[in-house]
Amino acid sequence: MSTPFVEREAVVAADTVKTDIVATFAQYEAEAQRILTICNSCRYCEGFCAVFPAMTRRLEFLKNDIHYLANLCHNCGACLHACQYAAPHEFDVNVPRTMAQVRSQTYADYAWPPAFGALYARNGVVVALAIAISLALFLMLALFLNGTLWHQPLAGDFYAIFPHNTMVAMFGAVFLFAIVALGIGVARFWKVTASVEESGAVPAGAVGEATADVLTLKYLDGGHGEGCNESDSRFTLWRRRFHHLTFYGFMLCFAATVVGTFYHYLLSWPAPYPFFSLPVILGTLGGIGLLIGPAGLWVLNVRRHPDHGDTRQRPMDRAFLAQLFLVSLTGLALLAFRDTSAMAVLLAVHLGFVMAFFATMPYGKFAHGIYRSAALLKYALEKRTPNNLNLGAD
Amino acid sequence: MVDVLVIGGGNAALCAALSAREAGASVALLEASPREWRGGNSQHTRNLRCMHDEPQDVLVGSYPEEEYWQDLLKVTGGITNEHLARLVIRRSGTCRPWMRKYGVRFQHSLSGTLHLARTNAFFMGGGKALVNAYYNSAEALGVDIHYNSPVASIERDGDRFIAAILEDGRRIEAAACVLAAGGFESNREWLDEVWGENENGERPAREFLIRGTRFNQGVLLRHMLDSGADAVGDPTQAHMVAIDARSPLYDGGICTRIDCVPLGIVVNREGKRFYDEGEDFWPKRYAIWGRLVAQQRGQIAWSIIDRKSIGRFMPPVFPGEKANSIGELAQRLGLPIEQTLATVRQYNAACAEGTFDHTILDDCRTVGLTPGKSHWATPIVEPPFYGFPLKPGVTFTYLGLKTDDTAAVRFDDRPSPNLYVAGEMMAGNILGQGYTGGIGMAIGTAFGRIAGGNAAAYASAGRRQAA
Repeated sequence: MSTPFVEREAVVAADTVKTDIVATFAQYEAEAQRILTICNSCRYCEGFCAVFPAMTRRLEFLKNDIHYLANLCHNCGACLHACQYAAPHEFDVNVPRTMAQVRSQTYADYAWPPAFGALYARNGVVVALAIAISLALFLMLALFLNGTLWHQPLAGDFYAIFPHNTMVAMFGAVFLFAIVALGIGVARFWKVTASVEESGAVPAGAVGEATADVLTLKYLDGGHGEGCNESDSRFTLWRRRFHHLTFYGFMLCFAATVVGTFYHYLLSWPAPYPFFSLPVILGTLGGIGLLIGPAGLWVLNVRRHPDHGDTRQRPMDRAFLAQLFLVSLTGLALLAFRDTSAMAVLLAVHLGFVMAFFATMPYGKFAHGIYRSAALLKYALEKRTPNNLNLGAD
Repeated sequence: MVDVLVIGGGNAALCAALSAREAGASVALLEASPREWRGGNSQHTRNLRCMHDEPQDVLVGSYPEEEYWQDLLKVTGGITNEHLARLVIRRSGTCRPWMRKYGVRFQHSLSGTLHLARTNAFFMGGGKALVNAYYNSAEALGVDIHYNSPVASIERDGDRFIAAILEDGRRIEAAACVLAAGGFESNREWLDEVWGENENGERPAREFLIRGTRFNQGVLLRHMLDSGADAVGDPTQAHMVAIDARSPLYDGGICTRIDCVPLGIVVNREGKRFYDEGEDFWPKRYAIWGRLVAQQRGQIAWSIIDRKSIGRFMPPVFPGEKANSIGELAQRLGLPIEQTLATVRQYNAACAEGTFDHTILDDCRTVGLTPGKSHWATPIVEPPFYGFPLKPGVTFTYLGLKTDDTAAVRFDDRPSPNLYVAGEMMAGNILGQGYTGGIGMAIGTAFGRIAGGNAAAYASAGRRQAA
């Protein structure tokens, strides 16, 4: 067997690794390897989440193991605050930060098209440009199609501004691209991290468990149901709650679109729909979730302990939260003022934010949900296979 | 003036502070370390040995009082105090709801610790999570916590506590005081003093590593002993295990253990074996190996295994030295090559046929070898070979203050009315020698709560009298 161990020099050299601003992926991997070797000989954190039980099935941590474990980590912070080897200890163990660093690299590594992987590192510029271009595009398009941005009230008829088929073509194309790009990325991740014994059929139980883990955010409960850490060693459920509001808010908005599509094509009932119609109710509820959820997550993100996670990724986190918030805010504003002369402007602005959101989906924070879900499915599969290790008692 | 002053910042101190506070006393706690190192040795612990008569949340089966007592009697070789031991045992059966109330959470025994699933309740996240929970609760209840506050001495009026004098000169008065500042294991000069010189002219304690906190300097313990408090325990007795020689001097904690000892052989600096590596399961033997290694020249030894042992023991934190022959390995480890080769040859030749199984006390033993190996003796023949250096690692010392079931510090065999002791500073009353996993936290929790409760009661009686 190849040597499963990290050299002692690497253990001692933690500070060098940590402070290197332009740390390469190889350094992140070496750091993850170093830390996981320490964790695997300690194991106190097994009860917190899935990462540690998955770790104990291994003696060595190769690239694929590290990619898998990094994406399994929810950055809850419990293992950092509980760590007897965290700084100022010379071992300087920080699992959430190291995993976050590896994670961001895996997004870039598996991105499709591969050249676009670099966009993760420049997420701020990417999001800013995407929003600027989308806004300009829709405002100009509205002006071009209608000759004015200020019009007589149209009783909320969006299609008077942008024809239905134009919107379908534009959003369909961008959304489809986002799905394909993320799909190819996660498929590559799955292939690289899959081990031999998992190559067979996927049992329904594993799918069910992984789905439940995703939908309930099981691993933001701290293992004891009291939640994760934010600014200190106290546990809180607020991250889980705000994330639920965000996720389910997003899903409700998505459902509103699906119902609208259904009405349009199958019932031949085109928009606008009345306030108390199903698409509008779903969209409004979702929109409220997408205001409160991202706002709450933003506050938590700002207050989070500086050692917790990779602070260099916080701009990407916040850009994503801001996008969600603005998509929702402009959507609700559009709903509120759709009967006024400002509808065209509000519509163009809303569509600009939505388009920028879709366009940046495969190259920003959104990816975490896809890769995390895949890692959870892998975990559910792996734990159904026999553990080949028989280490004896410590 | 504060009602109760708690000196120390680990499990016993926190249990005392919380107990005193819940009894209505105003409480101040003095932790010697800065905030980030708070919790003493408790931050490295992982479980509590618990008596229970039926399965409980994270504990399977039952672990009755009598069995617990017999286990303790066995490991201490009878050097214990049955009354105090049984008090701790009984309290271990009822303390967990109290611990939960203050935020401690439990988990099932960790992977690799199935043998403890019945007897030991594991802290979710380990001892530092427990320490965090207690500090958070203490802060919420209004305990006045001072970090960077080591205490130099105690001012007394006869047997009665008056004030604590801090190393920085501060003087803090209180109606009652709990001493829970740990043993002296971090004080290498003191260890050196009590271990002295061995027959080879070496000072063995200079080679010891300290598995836990660097803040247990024993300043207060020495002050109390020097100023007439009744002592208990042999100063050379300590929980001492064989750990990786490359571990940090302090705070190496659990991960520095070397679990491959029973799978191979252990040789000293002369390249010779010196004890039965397969006497029993490693969890039952690692604590005697600390002393065994301490008795070797240079206080160092090497565990040698071959390829087939990889994957049969808990992963070590440092990589083993690796070589394709025993001779090469001996050279890399700095061992005498001829003697090491001879030792391995003799051992290999003495291994009798058997059915190897490292999960049971198997029948693979040596024949006609001194010292023999009772179990898991298989020839070391498959390259690559690995060597792990071992040194003694001190967890905590047993020298302490004599006490009784009220946790009172005693002077001339009379209890002080308002000075109490808990944790490592008195664990020697129960642990004269030896150790069994999770008993330290059981003692700290039981006596911390008793001391805190009694200190609060004394302070409250004083207040009533004054009124």
